[in-house]
Amino acid sequence: MKKVLAALGFLLVSPYLMAGSKVIATGGATTIEGNSGGGIVPWATINGYSSSDEWSVNSFAGRVGVDDFTLDSLGVGASFNNQWELSFARQKFALDTIGGELRQDVLGVKYKVAGELLYTALPQISIGAQFKKNRDFALPSAVGAGDDSGYEIYVAATKVFFDAIAGRNLLLNATIRSTDAHQTGLLGFGGEGVSRKLMFESSAVLLLNYNLALGTEFKQKPNQLGFADEQHWRDLFAAWFINKNASLVLGYVDLGDIAGLSDQTGFYLSLEGTW
Amino acid sequence: MVKYVLLALSLTLTACQHKPETSLYQRLGGESGVEHIVDGILYGIEHDQSIVHHFADTDIPRFRRLLIEQFCELSGGPCKYSGVSMQESHTGFQITQAHFDAIVNHLITAMQQQKVSVEAQNELLAILAPMYKDVVYR
Repeated sequence: MKKVLAALGFLLVSPYLMAGSKVIATGGATTIEGNSGGGIVPWATINGYSSSDEWSVNSFAGRVGVDDFTLDSLGVGASFNNQWELSFARQKFALDTIGGELRQDVLGVKYKVAGELLYTALPQISIGAQFKKNRDFALPSAVGAGDDSGYEIYVAATKVFFDAIAGRNLLLNATIRSTDAHQTGLLGFGGEGVSRKLMFESSAVLLLNYNLALGTEFKQKPNQLGFADEQHWRDLFAAWFINKNASLVLGYVDLGDIAGLSDQTGFYLSLEGTW
Repeated sequence: MVKYVLLALSLTLTACQHKPETSLYQRLGGESGVEHIVDGILYGIEHDQSIVHHFADTDIPRFRRLLIEQFCELSGGPCKYSGVSMQESHTGFQITQAHFDAIVNHLITAMQQQKVSVEAQNELLAILAPMYKDVVYR
């Protein structure tokens, strides 16, 4: 963790190390699951700044701190040709008041199918898959989850509208995700009476200039685990794309009820480095 | 007192809401503004190893004149673009997305250097971005 932060800190003072050709901010930020997007919703964007025939790598560290829980995410990713994205994230969900922690690994792959974020009337459209594996399954199993691993498939459509609001550019995103995960998989997958559901997620981001953006997101959740209600997630965030090598996202999150503890709201902070 | 403050505030806000009457051409800085933006792009191209080879056989003074004409006309200025279509001028050059991105970056840098407002920059980008389909992989 310290090494990663030191590396990210180094990026803040080193302009344009091996950055690709894409326009700044068009690789999006990195979600808590490690893929390119906002904070909680994956977009059709491909992480980093690799344009055609270029590749790039990225790393991120993020923390969500709500009333009774803390989620730490740490991950790496790679992209090629502004078309393929590979990502890996390791999550640690600390149950601050209940005690204990739930760890999960997320391996993601994304492929751009059609459209160009900035340049075509058609939104950029990508399909993605995530393979998730619990590293702690005693608690999820005890509360009814059937599997300690699962996969999710999603389709995302994202487009930047130039000169949309008060002369500013607006990014809109819609994502549909097929999942049988409970609380994004932190509480396991499947189980008795649990079926695969299609969930809707969306983001709207106003780009104040090339470096600063304000956004909001919504993530529909399935609520299929009997022991406690799971609710939809929402966030508000400000993103600062310092340069093509470093970005910082600060947000407010509303995660609803988690494991019987109600109204979980708090902050979101994520730091990303891109090479 | 509060009433007057609110009145003054609402008048100010109403004034701010008015869309600028001036053309994009004027907000880009008129003739000299557009010339400086084009010169900024040419400077960027000249110093960019990834795309400069595309311009090896280009008549640069003519290219500069046509680009100024085109930006002038597209932004509502008093010019008429006298060149061929974007598709015609780019077919066969094997221009990739990375090349296109590079030019967009040089355009943005040039506009930033000219202190063009964010609104005017986005308005010009909105006009130019759809040219992608006529330029890339033709």
